[in-house]
Amino acid sequence: MKNKLQLMGGLFCAGMLAFTVVDAKTLRLAYDADPVTLDIHEQLSGGVLQLAHMTFDPLIRWTKDLGFENRLATSHERLNDTTVRFNLRKGVKFHSGNSMTAADFSWTFDRLKNSQDFKGIFTNFSALNVVDDYTIDLVTTGPYPLVLHTATYIFPMDRKFYTGTDSNGNDKGEIVKSGASFASTNLSGTGPFTVTSREQGVKIEFERFADYWDKSSPGNVDKIVFTPIKDEQTRVAALLSDGVDMIAPVSPNDFGQIRSSSKADLVTKAGTRIIMFQMNQERRAELKDIRVRQAIVHAVNNDAIVKKIMKGFATTAGQMSPKGYLGHNPKLTPRFDLEEAQNLMKEAGYENGFTLTMMAPNNRYVNDDKIAQAVAVMLSKINIKIDLQTMPKAQYWPMFDDRAADLMMIGWHSDTEDSANFNEFLTMTPNSDTGMGAYNSGNYSSSFVDESTMAANKETDPAKRASMLQAVEERIYQEAGIVPLHWQNLAWAARKGVNIEPIVNAMNFPYLGDLVID
Amino acid sequence: MLQFLLKRLLQAMLVMSIISIACFAIQDSLGDPTREMAANSISSEERELLREELGLNDSTIVQFGRFIGRAVQGDLGNSYFFKEPAMTVILKKLPATLELSFAASILIIVISIPLGVFTAIRPRHWFSRLTMAISVIGISIPVFLTAIGLIFIFSVTLGWMPSFGRGETVEMWGYWSSNFFSGDGLLHIIMPAVALSSIMLPLFIRLVRAEMLEVLSTEYVKFARAKGLSSYKVYMKHALKNTMLPVITVGGVQIGIMVAYTILTESVFQWPGMGFMFLEAVNRSDIPLITAYIMFVGFLFVVVNTLVDLLYGVINPMVDLVGGNK
Repeated sequence: MKNKLQLMGGLFCAGMLAFTVVDAKTLRLAYDADPVTLDIHEQLSGGVLQLAHMTFDPLIRWTKDLGFENRLATSHERLNDTTVRFNLRKGVKFHSGNSMTAADFSWTFDRLKNSQDFKGIFTNFSALNVVDDYTIDLVTTGPYPLVLHTATYIFPMDRKFYTGTDSNGNDKGEIVKSGASFASTNLSGTGPFTVTSREQGVKIEFERFADYWDKSSPGNVDKIVFTPIKDEQTRVAALLSDGVDMIAPVSPNDFGQIRSSSKADLVTKAGTRIIMFQMNQERRAELKDIRVRQAIVHAVNNDAIVKKIMKGFATTAGQMSPKGYLGHNPKLTPRFDLEEAQNLMKEAGYENGFTLTMMAPNNRYVNDDKIAQAVAVMLSKINIKIDLQTMPKAQYWPMFDDRAADLMMIGWHSDTEDSANFNEFLTMTPNSDTGMGAYNSGNYSSSFVDESTMAANKETDPAKRASMLQAVEERIYQEAGIVPLHWQNLAWAARKGVNIEPIVNAMNFPYLGDLVID
Repeated sequence: MLQFLLKRLLQAMLVMSIISIACFAIQDSLGDPTREMAANSISSEERELLREELGLNDSTIVQFGRFIGRAVQGDLGNSYFFKEPAMTVILKKLPATLELSFAASILIIVISIPLGVFTAIRPRHWFSRLTMAISVIGISIPVFLTAIGLIFIFSVTLGWMPSFGRGETVEMWGYWSSNFFSGDGLLHIIMPAVALSSIMLPLFIRLVRAEMLEVLSTEYVKFARAKGLSSYKVYMKHALKNTMLPVITVGGVQIGIMVAYTILTESVFQWPGMGFMFLEAVNRSDIPLITAYIMFVGFLFVVVNTLVDLLYGVINPMVDLVGGNK
């Protein structure tokens, strides 16, 4: 009897202990969607990068203020114009138990160069040379200023784990987009969390990796239960009813509800995704006239859009580069001036206006369709009649590829967190041979922008490079190459006691390994 | 009987081939799936390669031929997002949707029949008037509003109910995960089931009431009363039985519709069923999954109608399924 009682007492204590531990350190996380795959090289998307930061570690990573901090690298130095040497951390283990060495980096680099989505980021890199087990050299084809930016994309994968063939006889390291593969369903990284179970579209469970190298990390989360919740209001309700501990993204419409709640905190950050319209000069002769383009830019009231439609959840933009980017030019501010816009139209001989077609998605960016409607109304003030069509993103992108309207909306986030990327995709002269200007639906073309951007990509002196990129922004501003609207902000919310403020960032990959729950 | 079933099978095949043709006809406007599979920044050649790999560059006729060739072998293609055969994905999501519809149907049956009968027998009673007034309001509130209202009141404000998902499910026969065998599972299914039943409930109360009123005015009911039968026997035994015939017909079809159109309820409650899956497939231009789902729902409709006809025959022996002369 006595033994039984002791046993029960012991079980009770153990139960209490287990209960408090689980209660204190499990993070129930809800994003709008779950990553499509466990293969971090299969798709370059926010979801996959978020997964990469949970289960892998990069060489170096971005800090909150857009600087760099070492992760798997312990230091780096530039050897010459084309080579940067990285010293690697010792004693790092993969989830499989294998030790990480330079060979894993070399294997990962080759895989990145073969990945459809990631090879573009690595075009300027010719090799990753193994010097010894814990030293690597990153070699670029020419002088290249974005070596460190790019190194944030090098998450070493477990070479031994991904080498060989799976039960179907397929190569374990193969990158497959159109179906399942070993790498898309199995994972071994160096990161703070291992994947313990996964049901696509329903739930992923993570557990803290016992042998994680970063013992100095304050993170105390033992387990993460990740549930995708698509509906914005349901996500907020789940947080407020204590169904989950942390949610993202949060729609501006729900800010009030969270701020007034005593249970949860809202964290917002200025984002780096620019939302803009492009004016197609090839479709419409009127838009070739710089005065007409200027009139359009002057007629658009960025401030009103940010205040009324975005409810303050955006930063008005007069250029593409957000604050913190090298190319950000503080002189270039939004220039809403209706009178000036009307005068410009008169000067150009279009006092009576004309009709333009406009297209925008309705489920891609925050309030995208409402923004388009507002811009259409604003342009009516200078007698430009807008024939607006909005559609789901699935239908929008084929339309965008066809350049199907005179004004088209696009939002862009620079994969390298660098200004040149905006120009390469959005404002350089479209060129199918070089691949530049692939998303320049306006056919805006300026040899200055083209040449300066390419020159900036070879300039390794940050000060010189900054002045080059800022000059490019200024030229686009003067020539009204695009209609910049705003940078979309980011928002997360969490139950009180879940300290997400220190771990979220403008890149939108929260460093959950460092998350502290009280 | 066999003849009847064979006829229905043929009908099902006809329906499904028409649906598949329709699906392929609109395929181009479903969007470009490579947009969801690859980053914006990849080059157009890479994108072309991916389209080629998926067979999207072939003409619609070639694609359709390939689809039919596989479909007759039971293969409806692989979902781009789930990376599994589309039918496997649908069958995995089916239990969640069927259980939700089942729970909603139970609610509808248990509530609508007594209320319908009561309002027919005592039309002037204050409770009858209240019921009818509420049902008018109920029929005009959209499902998602009911659902969000429920979440706001019972999850956010009162904190009594879980706001999303299926909760803890119990595995049955290694395939079917059920909500009905754990407290947590039952708690999770209540609000979605209430929300889903809210559109059909007023309809059924009115239907039962109208049918009952009609039956009550027939000669044989009057005769039964004149004979001196107790009113309970008149109402429950004679009148109700005949009231149920049209209710079953409409009910069967409506429940079929409910299974197919759980989309709204499922997406508000993040219920991992077929409806939510379909909505996501549309967002992602997951063409094989969209096609397979629509064909599956077409098949489901034929099956439900067949079952309703069979049930009809059981309840009313005068119904002749094959339609021949006796």
